[in-house]
Amino acid sequence: MATPAAVFPPVAFAAVKPQVHWQDRLAQGLLIAGCCTLALFLLAPLGAILVKSVQDRSGAFVGLLQFREYFGTSALKQSIWNTLWVALAVTAVTVPLAFTYAYALTRSCMPGRALFRVLALTPILAPSLLAAISFIQWFGNQGLLKGLLAGASVYGPIGIIISAVYATFPHALMIILTALLLSDGRLYEAAESLRTPTWRKFFTITLPGAKYGLVSAAMVVFSYTVSDFGIPKLIGGNFNVLAVDIYKQVVGQQNFNKGAVVSFVLLIPVLVAFVVDWTMQGKLQAQFSARAVPYVAKPHRAFDAAMFVFCLAVSLLLLAVLGMAVWTSLIKFWPYDLSLSFRHYTYGLIDGGVFGAYLNSLKMAFVASVAGTGIVFVIGYLLEKTRGMRGTKAAVRLLAAIPMGVPGMVLGLGYILFFNHPDNPLHFLYGTLTILVISTIVHYYTSSHLTAVTALKAMDSEFEAVSASLKVPFYKTFHRVTVPVCLPAILDIGRYLFVNGMVTISAVVFLYGPDTRLASIAVLDLDDAGDIGPAAAMATLIVVSSTIACLLYAVATRVLLTRTQAWRKPSTAG
Amino acid sequence: MASGNPFLALGGIRKTFGSFEALKTISLEVARGELMVFLGPSGCGKTTLLRIIAGLEVQDTGTIVQDGRDISRLPAIKRDYGIVFQSYALFPNLTIHDNVAYGLVNRRQSRDAIRKRVAELLSLVGLPTEGAKFPGQLSGGQQQRIALARALAPAPGLLLLDEPLSALDALERVRLRGEIRSLQKRLGVTTVMVTHDQEEALTMADRIVVMNQGCIDQVGTPREIYETPVTPFVADFIGKVNVLAAMAEGGGRFNVGGLSLAVARPDVAAGTAVKLYLRPEDVAVNVNGALSGVANAVAGRIAKVEFLGAFCMVGVQLAGSAAPPLVANVPRHQADAGGFAPGALVTVSLPPAAMRILG
Ligand SMILES: Nc1ncnc2c1ncn2[C@@H]1O[C@H](COP(=O)(O)OP(=O)(O)O)[C@@H](O)[C@H]1O
Ligand SMILES: [Mg+2]
Repeated sequence: MATPAAVFPPVAFAAVKPQVHWQDRLAQGLLIAGCCTLALFLLAPLGAILVKSVQDRSGAFVGLLQFREYFGTSALKQSIWNTLWVALAVTAVTVPLAFTYAYALTRSCMPGRALFRVLALTPILAPSLLAAISFIQWFGNQGLLKGLLAGASVYGPIGIIISAVYATFPHALMIILTALLLSDGRLYEAAESLRTPTWRKFFTITLPGAKYGLVSAAMVVFSYTVSDFGIPKLIGGNFNVLAVDIYKQVVGQQNFNKGAVVSFVLLIPVLVAFVVDWTMQGKLQAQFSARAVPYVAKPHRAFDAAMFVFCLAVSLLLLAVLGMAVWTSLIKFWPYDLSLSFRHYTYGLIDGGVFGAYLNSLKMAFVASVAGTGIVFVIGYLLEKTRGMRGTKAAVRLLAAIPMGVPGMVLGLGYILFFNHPDNPLHFLYGTLTILVISTIVHYYTSSHLTAVTALKAMDSEFEAVSASLKVPFYKTFHRVTVPVCLPAILDIGRYLFVNGMVTISAVVFLYGPDTRLASIAVLDLDDAGDIGPAAAMATLIVVSSTIACLLYAVATRVLLTRTQAWRKPSTAG
Repeated sequence: MASGNPFLALGGIRKTFGSFEALKTISLEVARGELMVFLGPSGCGKTTLLRIIAGLEVQDTGTIVQDGRDISRLPAIKRDYGIVFQSYALFPNLTIHDNVAYGLVNRRQSRDAIRKRVAELLSLVGLPTEGAKFPGQLSGGQQQRIALARALAPAPGLLLLDEPLSALDALERVRLRGEIRSLQKRLGVTTVMVTHDQEEALTMADRIVVMNQGCIDQVGTPREIYETPVTPFVADFIGKVNVLAAMAEGGGRFNVGGLSLAVARPDVAAGTAVKLYLRPEDVAVNVNGALSGVANAVAGRIAKVEFLGAFCMVGVQLAGSAAPPLVANVPRHQADAGGFAPGALVTVSLPPAAMRILG
């Protein structure tokens, strides 16, 4: 074999130790800082729960004694069962509803599909409490349609289930919509050429194509219901579920050890659902990468009409829930004086001294949105676009995935245990707006992270190599290219964090201080005090703010896309 | 060309990914102003080697000397090169002008100087009026020209091209091939290009490095590589080749499937099993009876004929041989003269000097 005339003697060469440029060090330092921050604000609090659950009140190690005691209490055990069957019931109702709705949106030619889609997503704008308030007004002791329940009480599983169906519907819908939109139109064409009957196409093409989406949606609905605290607190009556148990143990009895134990019990089903969902999402993505031709629906009168009626009914129901809350906030005195007024806003909120909570929420959601977007995007960038650091990157990826599997109540309890500990140097954070911001960012980290990473992955992987070859520092390319190209995703993350910052309750219910009460917590307190009008007014304010944020997002995106159309939607493809 | 002072010298470059050895101790020299092409099948390590030269990947061992400077340990940003990728990697949100100026802005040059340099490069790549457009508004070939201009703008000492033409359609590819070659000649910039396309390598390269599974099989000019391949892999990868199993009979005669043929290798001892490599265009086929006065004239029957435009590929089953049909290229005008049909009896000749023993 001929090798070129070697100028180098054939000796064993020493392993190469590359010089590390300060810019690389900067990137590595930032990534490590990000990793440590996530560990500090996610793992440490969870660790604190673990520690607390094996201690007694005085802090002595007692092994599994707390768990044994817990499982010996029949009332608490009852909660496990209650939580599970209610969540299963919600899943069993929501997923078929959402599937039919999504099917109508993607497979029919009914009119008004865009509007139906928007209407179906409105529950996302409201705190889950709003549904509970609304259903109390519809079916409660003085409810308009109380008779429909035939003597059954809405306070309890019925109320929890219908409220949770309302709150989870858009989440399930979005996942299933994505799955249905990904299906390959060519399969249907092939089936048609073989004269496959419609029902058979449905069972052999549509359902198998959507199965990952369906399972994923079921898992999301299930864990949302299991984790949710606001709905059962408001409308659950004496019906105990785990999330409320944690609250009672911690806030009512100041028993942090028991709270920690219940947290663990709550964590298990949610983690299981999360792992299943994660696997399904992976498979959904794999389907996505295949080159599919989108399905184009053909008009079919009877089918389209049926689908239209279904979507109309669902939309009206969704609007009835939102509408009832808004109406409640505007009428004088339920159910005796139904004339309209703003007194719940003026007298109930402003003069009642709770309007500050709304301002706190706005501030908190805004800061969480801006800071969170920055942190999420920078960490996503360092993860996807820098070289080396394999171990740290794997750790960050894991840390970014975990929050989705941790119920807000559990995260919140971890925060008290960890940050309220007198020896913790970060103790000063406790009760401040800062800790509310941090917990919100961490709580909603996973989805934001996935949005950022998806956008970053879609960019050419050689931009960083090119800019290094041109001797341009990476942060300059980040600023000049990466951020502008990813701006739609960045805005999307900002909107997501803002809306969730406005509606969140479970993580923050343990963390607010006297000056940092949030709007969603005020809703809970007002309702507790029997002030359902002001509670509805506060919930309505949250909806209005979230809606404005979404509209701003829509406008900003539209403007951005028009202004950058020259390069985003090229006239001739490359 | 490799003599004297090489512009770029790689010594003992080895690279592993986990337990997989992507590059097995590569040593290589590139002369100043030369266009060197790394050629090999996909996955043989060409890109990895190019990225190591660029500092985008770190070799496990080995040294890289560029223009007398040891750059083995330098980070990418401190090396002196421009790079072009298959995907163009143009910044989509910047105009063509800003893309080309991207590496200039950093260097404390006046705006006018930058504008002048960008204009100069844009006309160099033949797109002087496209500066205000965005990359997405250009065709693939135009985008790749811009990527080339961007890489050349800071006047780097070394130009690296990783499959720059692979994403283009056939016509554009051939056109850009010539343009890159003449541009490179004109500027005299030392260039390393990676490709898996042998035609591209043969037409563009000053020298070709044929790579196979992390090793260099041969380095040479396109002619050397094609005419005197040194390994079976090179012979097979570049151009087509007949492989004949043979047994040496001594004195320059070899038994091929029962036929005794003369091969210009009297040095091979009798009884040695070898493989003979013979290019299809070296095989002469005659339909009009025997070839007289030619060595290794063998009778045969045409097994199949494939029309390939400029020539026909003819498979000939040799009489008295159990070997698979021998492939010969017959020029079109000869094939048009008639007689080339399956089943026809022909005489072929296998020139003794054209049959090589490799490896
Ligand atoms: N970052 C990497 N991690 C693991 N394996 C890699 C990596 N980069 C390249 N390889 C492997 O090294 C081999 C050579 O890759 P490459 O240099 O890209 O080949 P070529 O450019 O010749 O097609 C391939 O088998 C590829 O799978
Ligand atoms: Mg390659």
